[in-house]
Amino acid sequence: MDILLQQIINGLVQGSIYAMVALGYTMVYGIMGLINFAHGEVVMIGTLVAISIVTLLVQSGMPPALAGAFGVAGAALVCMALGWSLERVAYRPLRQAQRLAPLITAIGCSIVLQNLAMMIWGRNYMTFPPLIEKTQFEFAGASFTSVQVMIVTVAALSMSGLLFLVYRTKLGMAMRATAQNPAVAGLMGVNANRVISSAFVVGSALGAVAGVMVGTYYEIAHYQMGFMLGLKAFTAAVLGGIGNLAGAMAGGVLLGLIEALGAGYIGDLTGGFLGSHYQDIFAFAVLIIVLMFRPSGLFGEKTGDRA
Amino acid sequence: MNKWLTPRSSLGLVLVAAALIALPFIAGMGGQAWVRILNFAILYAFLALGLNIVVGFAGLLDLGYIAFYAVGAYTWALLASPHFGLHLPFWAILPIGAVLACAAGALLGAPTLKLRGDYLAIVTLGFGEIVRIFMNNLNAPVNITNGAQGITLIDPVIIGQFKFSATSTIFGITVSGPQKYYYLLVLLALGVILVNYRLQHSRIGRAWQAIREDEIAAKAIGINTRNVKLLAFAMGASFGGIAGGIFAAMQGFVSPESFSLIESIMILAMVVLGGMGHIPGVILGAVLLTILPEALRYAVVPVQKALFGEVLADPESLRMLVFGLALVLVMRFRPAGLWPSPERRRELAEKVR
Amino acid sequence: MQFSRFPGITLALAASIALIGCGQKEEPKPQAAAPAAPAAPAPKPEMTVKVGHVAPMTGPQAHLGKDNENGAKLAVEELNAQGLEIGGAKVKFELLAEDDQADPKQGTIVAQKLVDAKVNGVIGHLNSGTTIPASKLYADAGIPQISPSATNPKYTQQGFATAFRVMANDIQQGKVLGEFAAKQGMKTVAIIDDRTAYGQGLADEFRKSAEAAGLKVVANEYTNDKATDFKAILTKIKSTKADLVFYGGMDAQGGPLAKQMKELGLKAKFLGGDGVCTPEFMKLGGPATEGHYCSMPGVPLEKMAKGPEFKDKFTKKFNAEIQLYAPNVYDAVMVMADAMKRANSVEPAKYLPEVGKTSYEGVTARIEFDEKGDLKGGAISIYQYQGGQLAYVETLGGAGVAEAVKEAATATGDAAKAVAGAATEAAKDAVKDAAGAVKDAAEATKAAVEKK
Repeated sequence: MDILLQQIINGLVQGSIYAMVALGYTMVYGIMGLINFAHGEVVMIGTLVAISIVTLLVQSGMPPALAGAFGVAGAALVCMALGWSLERVAYRPLRQAQRLAPLITAIGCSIVLQNLAMMIWGRNYMTFPPLIEKTQFEFAGASFTSVQVMIVTVAALSMSGLLFLVYRTKLGMAMRATAQNPAVAGLMGVNANRVISSAFVVGSALGAVAGVMVGTYYEIAHYQMGFMLGLKAFTAAVLGGIGNLAGAMAGGVLLGLIEALGAGYIGDLTGGFLGSHYQDIFAFAVLIIVLMFRPSGLFGEKTGDRA
Repeated sequence: MNKWLTPRSSLGLVLVAAALIALPFIAGMGGQAWVRILNFAILYAFLALGLNIVVGFAGLLDLGYIAFYAVGAYTWALLASPHFGLHLPFWAILPIGAVLACAAGALLGAPTLKLRGDYLAIVTLGFGEIVRIFMNNLNAPVNITNGAQGITLIDPVIIGQFKFSATSTIFGITVSGPQKYYYLLVLLALGVILVNYRLQHSRIGRAWQAIREDEIAAKAIGINTRNVKLLAFAMGASFGGIAGGIFAAMQGFVSPESFSLIESIMILAMVVLGGMGHIPGVILGAVLLTILPEALRYAVVPVQKALFGEVLADPESLRMLVFGLALVLVMRFRPAGLWPSPERRRELAEKVR
Repeated sequence: MQFSRFPGITLALAASIALIGCGQKEEPKPQAAAPAAPAAPAPKPEMTVKVGHVAPMTGPQAHLGKDNENGAKLAVEELNAQGLEIGGAKVKFELLAEDDQADPKQGTIVAQKLVDAKVNGVIGHLNSGTTIPASKLYADAGIPQISPSATNPKYTQQGFATAFRVMANDIQQGKVLGEFAAKQGMKTVAIIDDRTAYGQGLADEFRKSAEAAGLKVVANEYTNDKATDFKAILTKIKSTKADLVFYGGMDAQGGPLAKQMKELGLKAKFLGGDGVCTPEFMKLGGPATEGHYCSMPGVPLEKMAKGPEFKDKFTKKFNAEIQLYAPNVYDAVMVMADAMKRANSVEPAKYLPEVGKTSYEGVTARIEFDEKGDLKGGAISIYQYQGGQLAYVETLGGAGVAEAVKEAATATGDAAKAVAGAATEAAKDAVKDAAGAVKDAAEATKAAVEKK
């Protein structure tokens, strides 16, 4: 039982990170209907910027927690600027083009960002300085750390903040209107370009926070870390129903749990035939089965005719 | 189709044929490495044309295409290597590989028929990863694929006593291994181009086009969308299977590393960059994207030396940087691809207006 | 050439060792020692020897690739500073460094590029995954290939005459690791591998050896070489209460893995192969690595006659720590040059047989090859992570090699060994060293003349 609980904790923390990154995908998708494949790299840049800032400040004698706050702020600013320029450079000019064109520019941007990051931060793995004291807790035989608690808390707070933004503010209303019908929203006085930009900016900011979370949790960062993380988060967003905020959150947490439980129990389930090397297969198999029965994800509304 | 064979176009064909025959010798002057790069360019063109059936013709976004390539490669590797002690001839293995890949294509197609657009993309992506993970892990309890270690000492293509891996002299001309593969690949590529052209203007091709433009309308006019979509997956996959077989023979070694997601993405990039659904465009995209990084490998250092007098940035990272920028810029200024089909260009022009 | 080969070899070897030994680039010495022929011909033609080097310079293993390249650069520079003469011509070594991105397909393209460039030999590749497909191309072209770090047994099992490696392979290493685990009194072990050719191969060999030594394998878990989260599999391992966690994989995953073991409260010891025996591992794992073990093929640099000096030279030149394989790369280049000297030719076909007959006192080991091209003996050393340092524990396996090292240190026997011995002492005292080396070189010359 304690093992199950431990696996659930593992999955929950990992899932919170996925959920945060998945929100970035889903915000853009919900409004524009396109996959921002470079989002994983935005997260990566966020982590690396935060590392640089925190390391610098901690070395100059600032308490780590405060330095961490500056790190998050700095990373968020850089990522917001990055998200904004990505939209301007790679997506806005292609809004009328065929559906796959922005996909290719996104891949191009990913490659550029990765290599830029490699030139700036080097090829080596970097260690993330600890931001808060890592105390270990025991609960019913399962152990977890203060960092994990912090990650889940911050994720929950950011997500509630996002929900507030989308459902209780004027900008949020404009976002929802643009998502429903950009042309009509435009007629109602919504500046679609600005709304789309803000979706990118908000998604990137969340990505930056997620990046810092990944950094503090695993205490490492690398210029190629964005790819897998982005892929997993994208999977999570689809699982929940891409374009749907609640779906992305649920999908993220669910994917984290599936992975942890899959790795932990797949061997027992299949009588030892499949081991933890099939962890990813397990995740994808769940995804495929879900999509077979609910073709637009768990929470997704029936999509239109967007092929 | 007979309008092709006007005197002018036949002259063009003869010129193209002459260029294709001479190319490996011209490239060979710069070293066999260039012939090898050329071979990969054709191999990727072959793959891109296969994917073009799925993405370009039927409009189904497939991010796991490399899986079929992997199936073909492993089929060859298992049937023509000391791993199982089998050494079947190439004319037996290639069709088996194509059939297996075709079956894998149908297997992928079946559960995804209801899915649209990006949902389809992620499922195909997952499928590609599933195939790779299985190949990486099927070394226990029964050793089938030899896991991450891969399979070595794979037989080259052999016809009678004529080995494709070694250099030999034919009619007084010395032909190296890569050059022989070049001709084989060109022949196969011509085959797939022909099939592509015939398909495009056939009943099936038009059915695909109908599905691509509007699936519901296609259903309404009596197209059996299920079968036609499955056919697209199966056809595309079998080409991937053949390409995989040749890859295994050419390399003499396969391991799951060669079939990662990034390869699928690159092939998709070739299709889209060149001009989706337009056969010459797709070929152009494949050739460009294969040769560009290699050419940059040669060019980055001398260009920097010429401009700044010293090597400022690490050539390897700069090479990929330029590559990424090229992808962005091409799409930015030619959203329909470098060489889109005339109809497509017209449609886009209308849309913008 | 008109003079007989044998004294030339001994001399060149002696001179080069003396030279490497004292680390001062004194030009005149080899020239004084080398010409066993009566009158040295006045103007020597210059000849360029192209040595290919391949490692991933991009991607997650780029730091190791750079390290390898630095090792090769250092060796080539030293060789050039020695002003070697082979086949009557003054030889200049030129390094053609290529990037294979750790991708098998790139590996063959790059290999073909080197074959086209008509390199005289190839050092590399770093990864087994690229080394194996590339080895076929080199074999077809008859170019000797010495891999410094591809440890997959398959590389040399293919039966290519051109394939060599200067490092113990996974079979040798896995075997020793299993024996070590048993020796530590471990009863149960959980095995994790990263499903790469390297990790899987090492873990399989470890499993065999551990089971043979009486350990019980209580869990087989897997991750991949891009993973950062290992908590799920570690939680499962925790429930088995294993005494030891064995990891077959690289440092980039191993470090975080060790850290997460601690976070989950695992009491088990961690044991890994050469992929985690790096400063990078300790940087990424932090204090969580304390007290864990890893192994590295060969004998620790400090224990080798020329080790500490190599380390000094390397850190001084590149202003960077040795990551992992740089000393092996250095040795690989030196072995190749040595074979060329003995064959008195830089032609691949001519010096290839000599590579197989190598008996070279390298920085990492006494290098001799078996019939397959594997390093003979293949000693493996075990290290423990202590306070951010790798502390040497013991050397296991490869009795012959360990013996040879000792022998070399006691400096008895033929001229070469005597010189090597002189060099050991000399490392302590630079002045004495120079004198000793000169004396030894002179003696060697005398001996050679007498033999002739």
